Amino acid sequence: MPFLNEEVALRHRRRTWIPGLLLISPSLILLAVFVYGLIGWTFNLSLQDRHNARPAKGYVGFDNYTKLFTADINDRFVHSLQNLVVFTVVFMAGTLLFGLIWALLLERRARAEGFFRTIYLFPMAVSFVASGVVWRWLMNTGQGDSAGGINAIFHGLGLGFLESPWWTHPDWGMAAMAMPAIWQLAGYVMALFLAGFRGIPEELREAAVVDGATTFQLYRQVLFPQLTPTILSALIITGHMSMKMFDLIMSVSGAQWLTEVPAVYVWQTLLTRDYAKAAAISVFLLLVVAVVVVPYLIHVNRSEKRS
Amino acid sequence: MRLSRRVAVVAVAVGTMFATVACGSTDEPGAASADVEVFTWWADGGEKAGLDGLVGVFGTDCKDFKFVNGAVAGGAGSNAKQVLASRLQQNEPPDTFQAHAGAELSDYINDDQVEDLSAQYSEWGLTNAFPKGLIDNLTVDGKIYSVPANIHRANVLWSNKTVLAKAGITKDATTLEGFFADLDKLKAAGVAAPLALGKDWTQQMLFEALLISKLGPDKFNALWNGSGDWAGAEMTAAINDYKKLLTYTNKDRDTFDWTDAEKLLMDGKAAYQLMGDWEAADLDAKGFKDYGWSVFPGNGNVFQWLADSFVLPKGAKNAEGTKCWLKTVGSATGQAAFNQKKGSIPARTDVGTDGFPAYQQAAMADWKTATQVPSCPHGSACAQTWQGAVSSAQGKFSSDGDVAALQAALASAAAEFGPKKK
Repeated sequence: MPFLNEEVALRHRRRTWIPGLLLISPSLILLAVFVYGLIGWTFNLSLQDRHNARPAKGYVGFDNYTKLFTADINDRFVHSLQNLVVFTVVFMAGTLLFGLIWALLLERRARAEGFFRTIYLFPMAVSFVASGVVWRWLMNTGQGDSAGGINAIFHGLGLGFLESPWWTHPDWGMAAMAMPAIWQLAGYVMALFLAGFRGIPEELREAAVVDGATTFQLYRQVLFPQLTPTILSALIITGHMSMKMFDLIMSVSGAQWLTEVPAVYVWQTLLTRDYAKAAAISVFLLLVVAVVVVPYLIHVNRSEKRS
Repeated sequence: MRLSRRVAVVAVAVGTMFATVACGSTDEPGAASADVEVFTWWADGGEKAGLDGLVGVFGTDCKDFKFVNGAVAGGAGSNAKQVLASRLQQNEPPDTFQAHAGAELSDYINDDQVEDLSAQYSEWGLTNAFPKGLIDNLTVDGKIYSVPANIHRANVLWSNKTVLAKAGITKDATTLEGFFADLDKLKAAGVAAPLALGKDWTQQMLFEALLISKLGPDKFNALWNGSGDWAGAEMTAAINDYKKLLTYTNKDRDTFDWTDAEKLLMDGKAAYQLMGDWEAADLDAKGFKDYGWSVFPGNGNVFQWLADSFVLPKGAKNAEGTKCWLKTVGSATGQAAFNQKKGSIPARTDVGTDGFPAYQQAAMADWKTATQVPSCPHGSACAQTWQGAVSSAQGKFSSDGDVAALQAALASAAAEFGPKKK
């Protein structure tokens, strides 16, 4: 009776997936409503002319988006993007550089490796708000006799020429703003690299040494090429953090022109009840992050399937 | 059978979860008819003391009603404004809320969230109790929507007497030229940055004080009601003077709040600071006695005011209770009780000066005779969207000193957010 068998099999299959679906359905529904539903709601809002608390009068297409680039006073939005680019580049380069250096040092089986690993990793446990308050003081912009923080140390050591306006520099201020972020995240990148190094089979090193490779060649030719996935992960993680940066900037400088990035701009726009504009900036920010993250996810997915 | 029972168990579990979620969102506050919820950001310090004074008067004048404190602390009111915005959106307004009097209220008026109080103004005799300049500024299309509880003055120049004496300055300057001369004297006497300044909104305050000197009160008022000229040569000249004024200020101004700038004054590193008259209460509280004050040089008898006020929101649960609260806020006893503690002055001109500190007594005398003009950073001259654009433009000017860019930004902010030209 092949027909009956098929029916049994079908019923059996249904029985196995229904409980599973029911089990994950709460989180699925919550995700659908509170993540994707709200993204849709925000996108919908960004297409309307809702510039105050009254209900919108209608849809304006992508006007809110184009106006960000063409009709923003003082090109405020473009300026916030420029700030974000400087911040992101310095932050990502800084964490990679320091993360790599520390990982190389510890990878050589340094004494008390566990201790140093903890020391380097520890800043990550501090919230951006707390470290922002401390760095706000460290990066005191007073110079000469009214110097404070790092500037005061330079001044006291007779290294006055090193004193810096830090984040108040009109062009490179955001590079200074990236310093606390580097301090916090470099340890995490170091941990990623360490894991990457440890994941490389010992035989490869031995083989390279047997073949007469110098230490430099060992790293350059054998170890680094295997770290590509690690570097990619580090870039994605630090990159998306940096693009959404808000709390650190708010606690170091507060919301102001000099250090404004899109996330802070959204906050400022919301405070002044321009809901449609705030929604447009948020969606734009989401898209920028997605452009970076989604290809990475696809890549990871593919390589997992391949292996 | 075992399988389907498992399905049933999971289904029940899921159902229960949703039921719990649904139940969590139905906590209606038990609104008793006597409760009047007063929403403010006055949660501590002199502001809290002032509110308590007002509540005392409310308790005797409005025995039928009960005061419910709806204060939201933190962020100089920005937290409270967020909470308020969402409550208004959900049509769950408090019985009354605090808002800056003047143009900042236009957000609520345009959004149809507050009631017209013109009838109550004549009923309670407020129309004659407040100065005409204030009434003019409060009136929108012939209607008044709020009752101011207090008045602060924005255009006050505070000084450190010792520093001035060392530089040989014995008299307050009364013109801009005189002020520049004094600043030069101070620089020559070794005070590198004689004028203490903070970040964007404090810069806008300084800029406005200078504008009042350059344009006079009528043209200054016109800037905010849509008939003024932001793009003209007079404005260019004023911005150039402002740029010159910035050269006398501390370079790290963008990192300073007003209290940091105040510290420069107290430490004798600066001689002057332009700030609202809440600085008097703050200096007193910090035990600094060596300060002097004058109106900003060239402002004459212009009183740049800002005020906290209360409104009757549309859909307030207890409108009668709110009216009684507003009547208390506008009454002479209510204003005296509030302002003696908060460090501001009554908006009414018929409150006795007894019990007020020295600075307030002088300000109360000025308030009666002065010409009133509003302030943008404090909401009496412009709405919040406009304030945001202006602060941002000042922040930019502070770092690049681009006169043309500042003027263009101010002009487009006025065109985009200000009232249309009449």
